[in-house]
Amino acid sequence: MRWGRRAASDTPAAADVQRTAIELTGVSHEYGERPVLRDLTLTLAESRVGVVGANGSGKSTFARLLNGLVVPTAGTVRIDGLDTRSQLREVRRRVGFVFQDPDAQIVLPTVAEDAEFGLTNLGIPAEERARQVEEVLVRYGLAGHRDHPAHLLSGGQKQLLAIAGVLVMQPRRVVFDEPTTLLDLANVRRVARVIDELEQDVVVVTHHLDLLAGFDRVLVFEDGRVVADGAPAETVRWYTERMS
Amino acid sequence: MTVSLYVPLASPVHRAPAGLKLGLLAALAVALFVVDRPEVVGAALVVVVAVGLLVARLPARSLWAQVRPVWPWLVLLLLFHGVFTDWRTGAVTTLRLLALVVAAAVVTSSTRVTELVAVVEWLARPLAVFGVRPARVGLVIAMTLRFIPLIAERAHRIREAQAARGAARMRWGILVPLLIQVLRLATTLGEALDARGADAPVTPPRRRAGASTS
Repeated sequence: MRWGRRAASDTPAAADVQRTAIELTGVSHEYGERPVLRDLTLTLAESRVGVVGANGSGKSTFARLLNGLVVPTAGTVRIDGLDTRSQLREVRRRVGFVFQDPDAQIVLPTVAEDAEFGLTNLGIPAEERARQVEEVLVRYGLAGHRDHPAHLLSGGQKQLLAIAGVLVMQPRRVVFDEPTTLLDLANVRRVARVIDELEQDVVVVTHHLDLLAGFDRVLVFEDGRVVADGAPAETVRWYTERMS
Repeated sequence: MTVSLYVPLASPVHRAPAGLKLGLLAALAVALFVVDRPEVVGAALVVVVAVGLLVARLPARSLWAQVRPVWPWLVLLLLFHGVFTDWRTGAVTTLRLLALVVAAAVVTSSTRVTELVAVVEWLARPLAVFGVRPARVGLVIAMTLRFIPLIAERAHRIREAQAARGAARMRWGILVPLLIQVLRLATTLGEALDARGADAPVTPPRRRAGASTS
């Protein structure tokens, strides 16, 4: 485990991983006068990356950088070689984003209609959309609810629908911003299992540290900086001691 | 609170194009206001109910659920005409409105929101010359239907929180916290729309009758 900032050149075989990695170079971001990220330089080539930190530490802004929801006020963010500033559409096609509150992510009235929304935006033909929606609803146990109003689903089902709505677009990476914060224990486990089974590379921002077991790398954010970066067991232990 | 009234079934009415159903509904409305014979209007009501129950195979309770809120007003209307004009006019007016409410219930119960929205988008196409994007008009309507119950639920939670703190009678006190919540929701919703490709310059393909996901 390393403390303090990590330079891109520190990463093994940096030149080789650039095309299949998340790269931040000199990234800073401010909301008005308030700095939330300070001069971040790091490369994430791992398949499972966890992000932890106290409220206001900058981790959600960091997550939003990864699919261009936030464009940094300084520095560059590249996803698999694509610049989030100049190649935003390609970046968004490649990186799915799951929000903390599924109610804000579900935009259409019924389950199937919402699952279909992203595919419609991609211009997928109707028959193919229907097939893919069916597949994803079955996969996440929502097939029996396809015509139900989305607001009548339980919290866990809503989060699964939010995840289904992202995964049906077949992104190469998925960023989760505190996906389990509003869920009960059973649904936390359910969502954890879903994340665990994903083929895509994932970045998970979370306060549920159990979620990070089996991850490849964990970053600890504090005051807009990465203050710890390493394997999950020791990084989470360090973070827990620091917070106690 | 439920805004989406769709009842998923495999009937000929469900399979009919949404534009046709809305067109027939509009034609029925015009026809019913032209005719003023109670037996004709009553027959129209019987036909509409029969289509709903026997052809669309909708459960009676789903039709009743949409008639129930207007039922007291229809009775009042009949009584008003009975007292101030005549019972015949009252019967025609009441049966006319009842037939239209049931017909609208049959259409909304047998048609997905996305199909109705697709018709609205089609109707909004001439507005494109003024810079209006029909797909956006449809999306706004669909999102309105999605978020009405959600905002009602949040308002209910705020009322509960206020009641729990002894402010049960603060009628206007709900406005500021609800407005703050709605603005926060709108910010995240905007991000979610971006993240899900809603800014893509693609005309959303219409759902076709044979391409149901059910």
